[in-house]
Amino acid sequence: MEVGRKLTRVDAVDKVTGRAYYTDDMGERPMLVAKVLHSTIANGFVKKIDVSAAAALDGVVKVVTCFDVPQIPYPTPGHPWSVEASHQDVCDRLMLTRRVRYYGDDIAAVVAEDEIIAQRALKRIRVEYEELPPLLTPEAAMTPGVTPIHQECPDNVLKHTVTNLPPKDCPEFSTVEEVLASPKFHRFEGHYDTQQVQHCHIENPISYAYMEHGRITVVSSTQIPHIVRRVVGQALGIPWGQVRVIKPYIGGGFGNKQEVLYEPLNAYLTTQVGGRAVKLELTREETFQNTRSRHPEHFDVEAAVDDDMRLMARSCRAVSNQGSYASHGHAIVANSVNGFRQIYADVLGHKSEAYTVYTNLPAPGAMRAYGIPQGAWAAECLMEDIAHAMGWDPYTFRLKNLMPEGYVDPTNGITCHSSGLKACMEKGAAFIGWDELRRAYQNQTGPIRRGVGMSVFVYKTGVWPISLETASARIVLNQDGTVQLSVGATEIGQGGDTVFCQMAAEAIGIPTEDVHIVSFQDTDITPFDTGAYASRQTYVTGMAIKKVGLQFRQKLLDYAAEVLDRPAEGLTIQNRAVCDASTGEVLRTLEEISQEAFYSFRRSVHITAEDTNQCKDNTFAFGCCFAQVEVDIPVGKVKILHLVNVHDSGKLINPALAEAQVHGGMSMGIGQALSEEMKFDSRGRLLNGNLLDYKMPTAMDHPELHALFVETDDPTGPFGNKALGEPPAIPVAPAIRAAILNATGVALNRLPMSPQYLVEQFTAAGLIGEGGKDHV
Amino acid sequence: MYDFRSIYQAKDVADAIAALQRDPEAVLIAGGTDVLIKIREGKLAGCSLVSIHELRELSGVTMEEDGTLSIGALTTFRDVTYDPLVQKHLPVLGEAVDQAGGPQLRAAGTIGGNVCNGITSADSASTLVALDADLLVRGPAGERIVPISQWYKGMGKTALTHEEILLAVRIPKSHYQGWTGHYIKYAMRSAMDIATLGVSCLVKLSADKRRAEEVRLAFGVAGPVPMRAPHAEAVCAGLPVEAAAARIGQAALEDVNPRDSWRASKAFRLQLVKELSGRAFREAGRKGGARI
Amino acid sequence: MMQVLQMTVNGRPVEVGVDPRESLLDTLRNRLGLTSVKRGCEVGECGACTVLVDGKAIDSCIYLSVWAQGKAILTVEGLQAPDGTLSPIQRAFVEEAAVQCGFCTPGIIMSAVEIVGSGRTYTREELRKLISGHLCRCTGYQNILNAVEKAVELCHSHAGNEA
Repeated sequence: MEVGRKLTRVDAVDKVTGRAYYTDDMGERPMLVAKVLHSTIANGFVKKIDVSAAAALDGVVKVVTCFDVPQIPYPTPGHPWSVEASHQDVCDRLMLTRRVRYYGDDIAAVVAEDEIIAQRALKRIRVEYEELPPLLTPEAAMTPGVTPIHQECPDNVLKHTVTNLPPKDCPEFSTVEEVLASPKFHRFEGHYDTQQVQHCHIENPISYAYMEHGRITVVSSTQIPHIVRRVVGQALGIPWGQVRVIKPYIGGGFGNKQEVLYEPLNAYLTTQVGGRAVKLELTREETFQNTRSRHPEHFDVEAAVDDDMRLMARSCRAVSNQGSYASHGHAIVANSVNGFRQIYADVLGHKSEAYTVYTNLPAPGAMRAYGIPQGAWAAECLMEDIAHAMGWDPYTFRLKNLMPEGYVDPTNGITCHSSGLKACMEKGAAFIGWDELRRAYQNQTGPIRRGVGMSVFVYKTGVWPISLETASARIVLNQDGTVQLSVGATEIGQGGDTVFCQMAAEAIGIPTEDVHIVSFQDTDITPFDTGAYASRQTYVTGMAIKKVGLQFRQKLLDYAAEVLDRPAEGLTIQNRAVCDASTGEVLRTLEEISQEAFYSFRRSVHITAEDTNQCKDNTFAFGCCFAQVEVDIPVGKVKILHLVNVHDSGKLINPALAEAQVHGGMSMGIGQALSEEMKFDSRGRLLNGNLLDYKMPTAMDHPELHALFVETDDPTGPFGNKALGEPPAIPVAPAIRAAILNATGVALNRLPMSPQYLVEQFTAAGLIGEGGKDHV
Repeated sequence: MYDFRSIYQAKDVADAIAALQRDPEAVLIAGGTDVLIKIREGKLAGCSLVSIHELRELSGVTMEEDGTLSIGALTTFRDVTYDPLVQKHLPVLGEAVDQAGGPQLRAAGTIGGNVCNGITSADSASTLVALDADLLVRGPAGERIVPISQWYKGMGKTALTHEEILLAVRIPKSHYQGWTGHYIKYAMRSAMDIATLGVSCLVKLSADKRRAEEVRLAFGVAGPVPMRAPHAEAVCAGLPVEAAAARIGQAALEDVNPRDSWRASKAFRLQLVKELSGRAFREAGRKGGARI
Repeated sequence: MMQVLQMTVNGRPVEVGVDPRESLLDTLRNRLGLTSVKRGCEVGECGACTVLVDGKAIDSCIYLSVWAQGKAILTVEGLQAPDGTLSPIQRAFVEEAAVQCGFCTPGIIMSAVEIVGSGRTYTREELRKLISGHLCRCTGYQNILNAVEKAVELCHSHAGNEA
């Protein structure tokens, strides 16, 4: 079995020796350097730009401004695209813009011989603005009469959707509102907020572009090379075949590089300097200010529960701050409210409402788990608050209301084909010692207190049926019986290449060591795939690899049958040989068959297989987190003593890499829970756009991370597998919040649960201050 | 690449002073961990640099005949922490600078740079203020000693003139002998961070270890410059250790003047002053042998 | 404007012309082709550009190349044995699944070289502090710590055997 092996990564040796090449490690040198001029207002218009002093600087090759670039609005999210206009992404970007929509918007660019000259040139550009008041919150942006941030969207509401699932066949109630208002049930409400956080991949976005044979090549650190090709074509108004995109190793993406960032501008700039190579690398500060982030969302939620701990109905109103550009737009908050709904089965009904609102903040986009961390935060805060108020065990309360196996989502038909959630909860509770700790932590006093908390989540796998799911693979035989595997799906650090090899090996019947992955994508060569997002690749690309692997195996067996002059049906591949399927007798080694295929005078065939698989299914992955914390009340510090995630991601293709994925997600969850937040001043200027002031946790801020699994065998997964890459980030913050509630009795309703916020809340709750119990 | 006009690598201290005299705009660079960042930010872009990075004569810790500990200005944080003299006589200072940034920064950043940048959050600052260190500087007119109490002149400003170089941080024997100390860096992360509040407390216990004969309490980020807390020190002097521990935090609130900023509110910093003063005192007392 | 520097890089004497405004990061990457040295923040906050200068791990982004005159520089490219064998630290990173996107990896490995080279053993908490100058977003540091711990053990048992 190749699937299920704990193999080391196929790229590990290259990465520990410095031989894995990332975008900046490649290419022609010296390259021209491009730098972007960013606006110093958050809302308004560029009236005039004077670039004469910049252009006159020795070493400046070209200056372009928002008055020069093509005026073709284009979309930026890494969505598959659609041939139906109604399903296409919002086209609201220009490479450089006269309409300034956030502090730092892109208004001009300089191409120069080196970075210092480019920087000096930027300083010499004079800009005149007409300034409008910055609209930084959805409330401000939705105020009647304000100037729309995008003309096409007069009320600044990009989209508003309602999902109403009223009670069915119920004589007593006809609406969700009636259930929530009924005196028969206990009614609860909650108001919860999430913050804007960033991906913080260690490699900043970078690309370089040049022209060859009249076409543009863009080498970029991206998760989605085929989508970058399309969007560069759209933005420049040129046929998409005129664009070639190459994706080397990338230093992390987490969704930020599931967006077309500066590739269109970079491509345009090379056309402006005669096709010479131009490099456009963002600084860390630009990465914070000018690329995507996680949407801050506000939730107003309600629930009615009966005395039996059953959720009778819930409602959820979510408002998502979209910032200045649509990017992934409403898809994120739609996912949030779906995630809020799906995790628990409401007996009578459910209603949700979601708003996506343009503001003058840097635009959020896709980030690991795509709206679900926000939805899960709201769902799990509410569950915890109900349990706390009712005096219920939060574990039992959740258990009573989980999504059941066989669940079919009434809005999109996504079906729960397998669920190990209950088993995950059991495993997690046993690991942390749930019952003992809950007992031990009752009635604590003093400044230092401990608590234990938990949370659960559900996550779909890929994007069908909301969007297209399509993937291709190619397998090519080598003379020694090994193969090359080429896919359009991308390795972004998650271990994709390694599990692709394992899956191909499994399908063909050869050892993984005999599958050589073509790691870099090149849209001229690589089969089509939309790329790394939505935890889709092991599922969707996996299906394509399995399909192509089986075709390849058959072709190989058919050729062997010809050579051996016996029916292919009686042959199999094992131990690097073609064998008699019933006796196991080795008939020819794969190397011999391969040599024959290449060089036979009788019939030379270069055996390859390539095909597309359109995936028209989806399935739910599950998991939970348990956290044990110690809270230092007087100084607002939370120390995580134990943290465990338990996941049902179906069958694990590579348990070692799966565990590593979970660690990384948990780490992101810790940052989101306790310390990370993009902060802005009243002008909309980002205050902490660097890795010193943005508090991404260091090794010293982490506890030991424990990752456990419950392996279900999902009937729809190509190898029984389901989503894994994104989910680990989801449950950590609500679990830590529940643990703090357990320790202190204080419910924290916004993220991050940073020390100052904790001190404020503990003071308000009387735990700090005169008469407080902080001094013992 | 850094946008500076030129760099002059000084051969010795006199050479560096001469270079500074020649160019009234020149910027002195030592470990580089602050100056290079300011160049990149644009604050110092286009400047000319006088580098003393390679002046080995300015690094290392020595003890003078009268027991004064002299820490060369170019001694890196790391070398301060691991220096046997510091570990023996001034462990609190070694512990304090061991909390600056991360290991790589501590191998490059120097104690002199930390003092000369004049910032209130510098991890060495509150402890050096509590120790009442002397700063030995040399200029064209010769050497002078500036007590640290007269060093800080406002945010980012010190008593060092353009043509002067800090040679050493000196701690006279009476300032450390008989004292034990503890530094608490309160920050949002446990590494790679700047202090939200720095608290350094030194205590001299009575022979029976029951009373705090003298207390020195100093803060970073409780005001525009690192500061002593004279009121709290006076309140606690002579008190039994428990009583001092209980009172020091409240008393310190009268000494400090933190500001509201986007990094932390004044109210939050005051709560930290109140709480952490006591914690630092207790720990300092414990190190001195008090049962507290 | 150019200046010629003599250094020892990965064990070999090197003479290289540099612009005095270059950081050591620039020189190693752009003039010597040592692209394992990564640029992640340029201000000493992420640790991706960590190299050893005379045996000490420093952030090469905030270290001017002219200061490296006469010094010995070590990068990940200098760790493999001449016969291609990975160093124990590199091997531990591979085996412990401590590598994901790989961008922070060379820098952390260089800190690990210094840690292992100290000849000491460390508690898990001490190791956390010793690698706290590196930011990693993929791993939660869990497997990195496992790898560093393993490398320390490996080198110790090896040293023990030799003694």
